[in-house]
This record gives sequence, C-alpha cells and structure tokens, in this order.
Amino acid sequence: MTLTLDPPRIVKTAPLVQVRGVSKSYGRVVALRDVAATVYPGEVLGIVGESGSGKSTLLRMMNLEETPDTGSYTLDLPDVDGNLFALDRFARRMLCATRIGIVYQNPHLGLLMKHSSSGNVAERLLVAGERRFAVLREKAKDALAASEFPLERLDAPPIELSGGMQQRVQLAKAIALEPALLLLDEPTTGLDVSVQALVLDTLKRLQRDRRITMVIVSHDLGVIRTLADRVMVMRRGEVVEAGLADQIFQDPQHAYTQQLVHAKL
Amino acid sequence: MTPVLDIRGLTKGFTMHHLGQGFAAFDNISFTVNAGEFVLLKGANGAGKSTLLRTLYRSYLPQAGAVLFQSAHGQIDLARAADIDITHLRQTEIGFVTQFLVARPRVSAEVLVAEPLRLAGVAQDEALKTARHWLQTFGVKENLWPAYPTTFSGGEQQKVNLARALIRPHKLLLLDEPTASLDATARAALVQRLSDLKAQGTAMIGVFHHPDDVEHLIDRVIDLTPDIPLQEERQDVAV
Amino acid sequence: MSLANLTKPWAPMSYGFLDASAKRELRRKMIKAVCVPGCQMPYASREVPMARGWGTGGLQVSLTLINPAMRVKVIDQGADDSVNAASIRRFLARVSGAPTTLDTLDADLIQSRHRIPEEILREDQVLVLQVPNPEPLRSVQPNMSIARQMHGDADYGRMWLQLYEQIVRSGRVMQGASYPSMVNGRHVMTPSPIPRWDVPKLHMARHLTILSAGREKRIFAVPPYTRVEPLVFDDVPYRVEDHGGLTCYRSGATGFFMNEIPQGDGTSTYEVSDSEYGVKAIRARDGEVVAMGETWYKDGKMPQ
Repeated sequence: MTLTLDPPRIVKTAPLVQVRGVSKSYGRVVALRDVAATVYPGEVLGIVGESGSGKSTLLRMMNLEETPDTGSYTLDLPDVDGNLFALDRFARRMLCATRIGIVYQNPHLGLLMKHSSSGNVAERLLVAGERRFAVLREKAKDALAASEFPLERLDAPPIELSGGMQQRVQLAKAIALEPALLLLDEPTTGLDVSVQALVLDTLKRLQRDRRITMVIVSHDLGVIRTLADRVMVMRRGEVVEAGLADQIFQDPQHAYTQQLVHAKL
Repeated sequence: MTPVLDIRGLTKGFTMHHLGQGFAAFDNISFTVNAGEFVLLKGANGAGKSTLLRTLYRSYLPQAGAVLFQSAHGQIDLARAADIDITHLRQTEIGFVTQFLVARPRVSAEVLVAEPLRLAGVAQDEALKTARHWLQTFGVKENLWPAYPTTFSGGEQQKVNLARALIRPHKLLLLDEPTASLDATARAALVQRLSDLKAQGTAMIGVFHHPDDVEHLIDRVIDLTPDIPLQEERQDVAV
Repeated sequence: MSLANLTKPWAPMSYGFLDASAKRELRRKMIKAVCVPGCQMPYASREVPMARGWGTGGLQVSLTLINPAMRVKVIDQGADDSVNAASIRRFLARVSGAPTTLDTLDADLIQSRHRIPEEILREDQVLVLQVPNPEPLRSVQPNMSIARQMHGDADYGRMWLQLYEQIVRSGRVMQGASYPSMVNGRHVMTPSPIPRWDVPKLHMARHLTILSAGREKRIFAVPPYTRVEPLVFDDVPYRVEDHGGLTCYRSGATGFFMNEIPQGDGTSTYEVSDSEYGVKAIRARDGEVVAMGETWYKDGKMPQ
C-alpha cells in the first residue's frame, strides 16, 4: 500500500490556494465530488483527466465563475479573507480582475475579438482603476512583450491574429496586473505543434522569471509534464491521485493514472 | 561521522493494474550514508539499483520503510514528506544526476545550466557566468552555449546535463550512471567535480556501469542482488 | 348634497392631458431619479398624441410638471421655431393653459431636444431633455440585464475601453454627441445627444435637469449642484467642439455653439445654434434694449 504523506514541515509558507470539499452536481450529473487542492506560492499544479472529468469545472470555480454546492476556497493574500465562494458578485469581480488571471482554450471566452490587442490588455488595468492613457498603453505593451507578442501588431484586433497570437494576448491580459494566481485552461490545445511549443516556452519563462503560481488544466500529458511541479489526476469528478509530476509520470499508483500514462508513452 | 541518510526497511514494488499483478523491486533495505561518503550500489541488471535511487529521490513512491534525511531544517522522512517539502529539498539539498538531459524547446544551454542557480535566487548575470564555467569544464564548445540543446548530439546533451546537475553543491547527490558513454575529458572533469564535492561533505549514492572511473572515490559498496542477503562490504579507502 | 356638487364637471381630458395616476407615477419616478443622480428609473411611458421617438419622454415630464403659472420654452437642436418644437410648445400651452416664451431668461420650464441654452439657467428653472437612447452601456453590452448589473457594480471598464480604442484608432476620442458622463461620481449616464460643448454646462449646474426617454421608458436626473464629469483619461483632456472662435454671420455673436451652413463655393458660414440667443443678439445690435443673460461660455471658453 502507498504511504500517506505528512503535512509539510520544511516549507513554512502557507499554501496560496486551498480548495476543500468541493462538490457540484448538475441535476443528477455529479461534476465534482469532494475535491480538494492545495497550491503553494510559486508552484505549478497540473490537473489532468479526460473530458468530463471535472477539471475545467474546478478551474472555473477557482476563477469564481461558478459556485459549488458545498466546499470552500481560500487565497492566502493580504486583505483577502474567508471562503471566496461566499463573496458577492462585486467582490468576486474585483478579486478576479486584480488577483487572478485566466487563459481559456477558446480565445473568444477571454478576449474582445474586435477590439485592439492592447485594448484587451488595457481593459484589465481599466477595471482596476487606471485612468492615464499613457500608462495604460505602456503597461499593455509591457505585458504583451512579456508574453512575447510581436509589438508591431499591438493594435491589431485578435480576430485578425493566429491562434498562438490570440493565446499570447490572453496571457498578456492575464498577467497585466501581476496576478497572484494564473489559471490556464487547455492553453495550447488546438494549436499547431510548433506554436504549442512556443506558447509552452513562454509559460515556462514566466514561471522561471516571475515565479507566478499557476494551475494548468490539460488532457495533454506533454504539456503538464513540461510545466507542472505537481500533478492532480481527475476522473469522473474525483481526484484519483496527486503527487509530484515525475512521480505521477514514472510511478503512477492508480489504475486509471497508469492507463493514462501508458496511453501517452 | 555525520549521518546524512538513514534508510530503514525500505521496500518498493510496482503494481501493474492492467496485468493484474505486481512485482517487487527490492525489499526491506536498510543502510546509512554519512556526509562526504560515497556509496556504490551494485547488483545484477534488474536488482533495483536505479529504482532505489529514484525511490530515494521520490520519483518512485516507496511502499514501506523510512528514508530519514538530515536536512538543514532537521531530520525528515523522505518517504513520507509532503510533496512541497520534497520539491524544496530537490532545489536546495538533494541532487540527481542521470545521463539524460530533459531539454526544452527554445531554451539555450547556458540558461538551462544556470536554472538551478536562478531558482536558488542567484542573480541572472552571476548564474550565467557560473554556468559558462561549468560548460567549459565539461568540454562543451563555446559556440554551443547560446544554442538550444534539443539539437545537440547525445554526448553534448549529456555534458550539458552534468553541468546543470552539478552546478551547485548538494548535501546528497544521487548518481545514475552519469559516466555512461562520456568521453575521456568530460569523464575526468566529472570525477574531479565529484571528488571536490565529496571533499566538501556531499554524501553520494551512485550506480556506475564501470565503477573503475570513480574507484578512488568509493567508500562502500552495497550489493542489491536479491538472493544475497543485504551486506555491506567496506572497502579500503582508495589509495 | 347632490351628486353634482360632489363630482367635478365633465371635461374632455385631465388637466395637462395625462391622467392623475400617470402623473403620480412620473412624479414618484422623478423624485427617485433626483435621489440617485444619473441612475435610470423605469416608468410606464404613456401614450401621448405624438409618435414615439419625437420627444414623448420629455413631453410626459413636461405635462407632469406643468401648471398654469409656468412659462414654457421648447427648443429643438437650439431652435424654438422648428416644426417639432412649435408643435410641442403649442400642445403644452393648449392642455395646461400655461404661457409660453422663447426667451430662456423668462422660462420656468424648458423642454429641449439635443441642446442646452447658452444662457446660464437658474435654480428656479427646470430643463427637460428628450433622450432617444438612455443606456450608455448599449454599445459595449447589448444585453440590458447585464448592463443594469454593470451599473449596479459601477463596472465601467468597458466604457473606458471604448475611449481607449477610439484614441488608438483615430488619435482622439471620436464620441461627438451623447458623451458618457459620470454623475455624482457613481452612475455613468448619457446626457442625451447634446454636443460635447453642452456637457460641462451640467456640471454643478444651478438648475434641475430631468432626462426622459419615452420609447425606452427610462427617466434619470441631474439635480442642482451635482458633479457631471465626462469620462476622460487623466492625460487626455476633454475637448469641446472648436466653435469658440466662430462668429455668427447673422448676429455677429462670437464664442457659442454654431450651426454650420455650407456655401456654394465650398466654404461654410455659421449661425448661433441657440436661435433665440441669436435673435436677442441681433436686436441688441440694432439698438433695442434687450436683457441678455450671463452665458456659460465666456469668449468661447468655459470658465473652470
């Protein structure tokens, strides 16, 4: 039998993200059943599982787009207290705008396709109260540069851009306010392999240079293996296994994880 | 002698769910490793030498037993420690050296080598300087430093990997055949680096296909061949 | 006691055309609108003998406020003599017996389409603006339910984004009329399609402004001495139309909002948009003694 792990002793910092006992049903369909997740500052948590496993639902909850039937969600940040699921709409919106960034698989969900790319990034700053045009423009430029977006296309609307570029705009928007938590929902799915590698590389750079805490959801194990420090495997709304990324890939314990890992290799 | 690692009754086996069966890798292993000590693991193919190293590194989850590691934060059981603590120890105190490089697209050799230092909080310039020093030492040609190792030959990739793995001193170093298929210069550089680290007090556990390379470093040999009950044969310290 | 002296004599319609309950609702909604400046209040817009979109919202407010002692002025794009303005003025007078005037200084109630008179309004005057589209968020959020939530949350990021986009694409804010403005630091409203020139007149104005959209059934207000601040970036100042230096070819008045009259040779001449102000200026020039009120703009500039 596997050993149960002790609570952390060396790392004294509190986890940034703590999700506990989250359950959600849509009618008789159980989307999530008693899911827990912990992410420490600077850590990258990967969530894998087939479609319908509840991984995207969990991510949407972390972005406060959805509320579970039961469960709690805390972020260890100054002036952020209590169960975030209990916040009202206004508080949620402010928290999401200033502290949480998200990149969706489908850029249409995260971007205004006909506005300029820089405007999409600037919107975040506007919501946070920035009212100087020059500063907006400068910060939008910086964020786009950080996500390795070609600056000569600064004001091109996303609808005219390629998929990889659209993801970079989303990423720039997500990191514009230097969020405490970056959520990535299948950020490279549907991109060409070469473009996918570039986007992954950008993420890796951000992880290395800015130490952003990330939660990345993907059914692509390669993506998870490249980015994640720790991996959580989900199936039918439940967490079947969680552990260090190399342990999950090299020594999967659960039958489902073995099947998943072997299917990939 | 300060013990760095105290392994007690460590057991590891694998369950293959799709076959409906399991097999044991090693059973009830116990030994200790002191600071500055070099332990060579011996045994037939499949005796579980690499598996043991990976279990100590927690790439594999042990099934029973304890791995008591004397960290800078006090004693901790690597078999049961939380993931986040293991990640921290890997970044600061425990190193793992293989012959395989995990290259990433669009990351240059020098940046890749500097990364452990960057994670430890060393400034970019300083880290790159040190990285270049080790690339030089392991015999990677200077014009390759800013290139992407994904396209390197196996031998060059291995050198980059060694530079990366050994760039900063560790309290415990796990070596999984790092000398395999290495050219003479690089092998000499590696042995020199290991010898320096050992002198600084790094405890090492290694698996070597040709132990002759590191013969003068070996303090102890442990045979993992299952039939033979675990025995420790002490070797004379190399002359 | 007989039935005859307990009831009012028969009349073909209620005083001021609207029935008492309709007026009561409008009064209540106007009070609400005054209490929450800039916030749109829904109301049950009634039928009036005029097509929707021709000022029915403003007309209902005027009909509710009017009494026989109130002097009424009606303007359309600054002019008192356009067909629409004349018709509404005559209708108001007919159903209420109220006297009418063209002079801003004499008026107690001013119903206007798309302009604010050039002479400063006083505390005892009420300005009623006709509003075709009361929702400033419509262009950024077509879903009205969500737009209402956005007002509730003061979520105006998209409004600013619209300005950002205009500056990025055209180098300046392109919004001509209906410039979105923050009222009392809380609600963004459209000041009805008045030109940018007129928006600063609402800021800390002495008079009460009521804005009413008959077709969209929304009423909102700017009470006296209330902040009305056009949405602008801190480093991109608000600009009104460049009319400060133009001179009216008929009256010679300079420094007011002008109507441009294109000429056959490709040039343009200009006349004061506030027609009665122009008329007064001509009469004054011709030697008549005319009471000219103090104007908001002085020498073509709005004093800060």
